[in-house]
Amino acid sequence: MADDKDNAEAILSEVHKKISDAFDLFDHEFNKTVDVREIGTIIRSLGCFPSEVELHDVITEAEDEEPMGYIRFERFLPVMTRVLMERKFRPITEDLLLQAFEVLDQQNKGYLEAEELTKYMTLEGEPFTQEEMEEMLSAALDPEKNVIAYKDFVSMMVIDDAQ
Amino acid sequence: MGCGTSIAVENQGKPSETDVSSRNPSPALTMKAAVLIQRWYRRYTARLEMRRRYTWNIFQSIEYAGEQDQLQLSGFFSFMLDNFTHLSGNGPDLISHLLDSVVEPWTEEGRQVKYEQITVPDSYTGPRLSFPLSVSDTNSLLSAFKEQQTLHARYVLQLLHETKKFLKQMPNVIYLSTSYAKEITICGDLHGRLDDLLLIFYKNGLPSAENPYVFNGDFVDRGKKSMEIVIILFAFLLLYPDHMHLNRGNHEDHIMNLRYGFTKEVMQKYKTHGRDILQVLQDVFSLLPVATVIDNKVLIVHGGISDKTDLDFLSSIERDKVKSALRLPKRSVEVVDPRGGSRSGRQGWAHLDSPCSRSRARKRKCHLSKQGSCSSTSSSSSSSSLCSPRLASRHTPQHHATSPVLPSPSDGLQVPFLDSFVSIAPPEPSREELEWRQIVDILWSDPKSQSGCTANSFRGGGCYFGPDVTRNLLEKHGMTLLIRSHECKQEGYELCHDGQVITIFSASNYYEEGSNRGAYVKLGPELVPRFLQYQVSRSTRKLTLQQRVSVAEGSALKALQEKLFAHRSELMAVFQQYDTNNTGCISVSDWAQVVESVLRLDLPWRTLRPRLTRLAHDGSVEYRSCFEDVSPGQPVPQVAPNLAETLYRYRTDLEIIFNIIDKDHSGLISIEEFRQTWKLFSTHLGVAVNEEAIDDMARSIDFNKDGSIDFTEFLEAFRVVHKLDVKDQQQG
Repeated sequence: MADDKDNAEAILSEVHKKISDAFDLFDHEFNKTVDVREIGTIIRSLGCFPSEVELHDVITEAEDEEPMGYIRFERFLPVMTRVLMERKFRPITEDLLLQAFEVLDQQNKGYLEAEELTKYMTLEGEPFTQEEMEEMLSAALDPEKNVIAYKDFVSMMVIDDAQ
Repeated sequence: MGCGTSIAVENQGKPSETDVSSRNPSPALTMKAAVLIQRWYRRYTARLEMRRRYTWNIFQSIEYAGEQDQLQLSGFFSFMLDNFTHLSGNGPDLISHLLDSVVEPWTEEGRQVKYEQITVPDSYTGPRLSFPLSVSDTNSLLSAFKEQQTLHARYVLQLLHETKKFLKQMPNVIYLSTSYAKEITICGDLHGRLDDLLLIFYKNGLPSAENPYVFNGDFVDRGKKSMEIVIILFAFLLLYPDHMHLNRGNHEDHIMNLRYGFTKEVMQKYKTHGRDILQVLQDVFSLLPVATVIDNKVLIVHGGISDKTDLDFLSSIERDKVKSALRLPKRSVEVVDPRGGSRSGRQGWAHLDSPCSRSRARKRKCHLSKQGSCSSTSSSSSSSSLCSPRLASRHTPQHHATSPVLPSPSDGLQVPFLDSFVSIAPPEPSREELEWRQIVDILWSDPKSQSGCTANSFRGGGCYFGPDVTRNLLEKHGMTLLIRSHECKQEGYELCHDGQVITIFSASNYYEEGSNRGAYVKLGPELVPRFLQYQVSRSTRKLTLQQRVSVAEGSALKALQEKLFAHRSELMAVFQQYDTNNTGCISVSDWAQVVESVLRLDLPWRTLRPRLTRLAHDGSVEYRSCFEDVSPGQPVPQVAPNLAETLYRYRTDLEIIFNIIDKDHSGLISIEEFRQTWKLFSTHLGVAVNEEAIDDMARSIDFNKDGSIDFTEFLEAFRVVHKLDVKDQQQG
């Protein structure tokens, strides 16, 4: 029993350190605070795939009563620990991602036109900003044919991400 | 839970895959698909952002750790100057010999070569300048440098002398007005990147009465064309004195130049007159104005400000007294010379007793003891301050005489007792010190987003200044904007402090190809800043964010691997302490702790771990794997591993010292000089070195029959290669 307890503590300690590392990367003042606008990046870099709405909820939990534009580590740590331990916001697998593209590819062409993808990404769901859209297109678009071969795109992204 | 599973559920109710007619998914499904892709993509970019961020951290940590190593080097010179070591009966004083012409300019005019006496051979096809300069001179310089030509030393010296004369009559703070020109262009750090300067001139036009420029410091170091850049900038300065303005940066400093490549560049390009050129440059740099003001509204300085910054005081200082930010002004204490000779009247070193306040919340973990003495003061803690080079060490703040390694008497090297050197702290800082601080703050400070002003312990000099400091200073002088440089920004520029501070950085690809853009800013009479960006690139294809991040990341990781390699023995010793069962593995947590405390680099080690080491099946770290990708480039001469590593780690510093000793630039120094240098160096650092091992090694390197060492060859032996590079080349 004592071993299990040690184990649990060790695991918790590692989780805390992981969170701390990620947090510190964005702590520009070295005073254990980060700009609230960077919290999404931190949470995602820890392996979570929250939607914007889900993200907003986490932020609200971690903010001070009087939101100051920054989040303090003392408040962020317990919230994030729970997120990780409860495995909220599970990863999206390659298959699911591919299926999602296939849903958008209504004519079953095997690819998406640039305007098609742009329309979906900027008008549907939790819309992309123009910057996000441009970035995605610069990586996904085949400039000669002006289409997104999403199967290749997904494979490539998954490899990049896994490195 | 979450959106992930819902599509699968929905799909079960859909038509089969063989249905080739177009599908009509419900709007709800479409939305779910879109959200899923967006979620995934945002997570992907967040990971990229994290990689970009730690890549940046790695580069900056290593860069600033290197800058603190630089403090070690200047501490070394200090050590030598103050303690007056000499070779007994072995010829002239090596140390003053050593430091004479580079660090300590004792006399001015008499010692400098008269440039008129230098003859330019007919075979020289480069530009021949005629003074006063004309547009044809600057044009010929630009074309010559584009063709990779070098300006003859005679013209360099003449140009520098004229520049020095000109700058002497300039005030510390220059006041400009936009009323006579359309727009003033302000450029940031160039760091020897000629391509960026040429690109700016191409896009924005050459300096002229209609096209005034301000260059905000850091023209030299790191890049390979620093000499060309200063030549061009000084030439335009002389040609258009009212429309071309240069601010001093923290790299316009001869001690920084020793470390960051400019000194080396000059010595290589100008074998005969390099020293003279460096001598004059030292003066020219210290004569550069420290601030420019536009329309009494916009303040331009290289680094930043502090809560002590006072433009009126700044204007009254004799700025050329501060030759280097790394040399403290002398306090009212006499340096005792055991030989009884007089050393007064020089700008000596001093040791401040009151360290700047430290506010860095992140403390270094110092609980692991050091094995061997290879580690000592090299990678100094970043909580050291500029105030005292000695404080950077982890010894007592007093002196290095307490270091465990002193040469034995039989070596004939004397190190007088340092107890006789008394440092009495006067109650108030001297005027010299206040002046020095004003300048250092201007050249080294960085803005931060939270209020207040704290010592910039990360860099070792200047302050972190908050928006309140900016606001107060600007209000006090009736100004509206502070433009500064000093920090590399990914987009070439950045605003902060509610738009009151602009950082402008003009060296694109500073860390690595694709790492960042360069930018310049234009101000017209309405003083609304306009930014122009650019990026010098070898390839014409635009890189995606992912590609840029990967390239920069690869480079950063290599640098980190080299650091690990350079501390291999020490790391292994501590790893093995933790590995009680001798399995070759330790926990991730222990690994991170060891690496952080040995390398003393504040980096997210757990996040980096997957890129640096392998895991065993049980999730523990195979610690040997962090050294696998780096190996010596050539077979290292038969030496103890510790020694090889120490030499590898101090390669750059040794190279600098060798270059200084090698007065005739032959690439050779005598065995005796080599030995004495090495002893001094190792004494200062408290590194235990076996005399015989050094001798054996020196002998085993091919050297000329006349008993001299080709130190370039010697240092080559300690270069490293990366296994992946080798593989690439083989597949090539």
